[in-house]
Amino acid sequence: MKKTVKKEDIKIAILRIEGTNCEQESYDAFKRLGAQPEFVHLKQLLNIDCKKNERRDIFQYQCIMIPGGFSAGDYIRAGAIFAARIKSKLQKKLIEFVKQEYPILGICNGFQVLIELGLLPGIDEIMSPVPKACLNINDSNRFECRPTLLKHENKGKCVFTSMIPKNDIRLIPSAHAEGKLLFPLDKQIEYIERMEENDQIVFKYVDPNGNYAGYPWNPNGSISNIAGICNYIGNVFGMMPHPERSFYKYQHPEWTKEGLNSNIGDGQAVFTSVLKYICRRF
Amino acid sequence: MFEVQIKIGLKKGISDPEGANTLKALHLLGFNTVKEVKTIRIIDLIIDEKNRDTVKKKVDEMCQRLLTNPVIHTYEINFKEQQDKGKMI
Repeated sequence: MKKTVKKEDIKIAILRIEGTNCEQESYDAFKRLGAQPEFVHLKQLLNIDCKKNERRDIFQYQCIMIPGGFSAGDYIRAGAIFAARIKSKLQKKLIEFVKQEYPILGICNGFQVLIELGLLPGIDEIMSPVPKACLNINDSNRFECRPTLLKHENKGKCVFTSMIPKNDIRLIPSAHAEGKLLFPLDKQIEYIERMEENDQIVFKYVDPNGNYAGYPWNPNGSISNIAGICNYIGNVFGMMPHPERSFYKYQHPEWTKEGLNSNIGDGQAVFTSVLKYICRRF
Repeated sequence: MFEVQIKIGLKKGISDPEGANTLKALHLLGFNTVKEVKTIRIIDLIIDEKNRDTVKKKVDEMCQRLLTNPVIHTYEINFKEQQDKGKMI
């Protein structure tokens, strides 16, 4: 008989290094839903400068989350140093983790790390040796920080959005300076077509009528208005906006006008979806 | 010992918001003859190796594995000067 994991037994590693700064709200999101998140410093996985009882292995967890922030001061490029440190020792384990269909989430800086790691876009391989996409400086050359509207485009591949109906529009805040998704210029159309075929496009920036509008609705100039993508398996997911910042309805800027009919914020489903997936899959 | 300079630029067709913004500010300051601003990044390395080809190969690998993102960047590796064998810089 297949064993199933109970929600309260699900362990999530909230991975951090110096400069990570969204780990608390990411931890809280999973904790409030009854799971067992744990702050894990990358050194604990690399076995560097830590005591024996602090050492961890990624297979002690059913999910890894890389939260937002400015890891390593965004030096070189946002997320590049975090990714290089992960790759230095954990590459094989990480590939195995993804192969076994355990989920990995990257939000904002975490998304940048997943791109630099080569785990995303993950069109036909689990991890590419060099990045195949880039989250470049916003077209405005500014840090764009405000609520953004996201249309859910995924047809069911992404394990982090299974509880969000297709075409649903969600209000989730963005806060980034480097969020413009780019593919190699000579392969942009090919990549997007293949990602659409694979059902890898998850969220797109829209205006209040659901149109794929330009700035300011698309805060960074991202190609095809893309805000979030998953790999071809559907278990590695990255998005620029912050679902952990709209966990409760009262975190929405207009909740006083709309009332608190429900206390569930628009971003909460990202966390409930993955917990449901883990319970069902493992 | 080798001193190497890496010049990292943006590929043709990749927008350069930092350059565009700087151009706008320069125009506001009255420098109207400036027609284009491109931003580049320079990284200097001092490498303790004996063989120039090994250095070239290693720096190339550094660029591909960390210092650049091949989707948007071009890079150029230049040897600044070669020091005497064993002499500290």
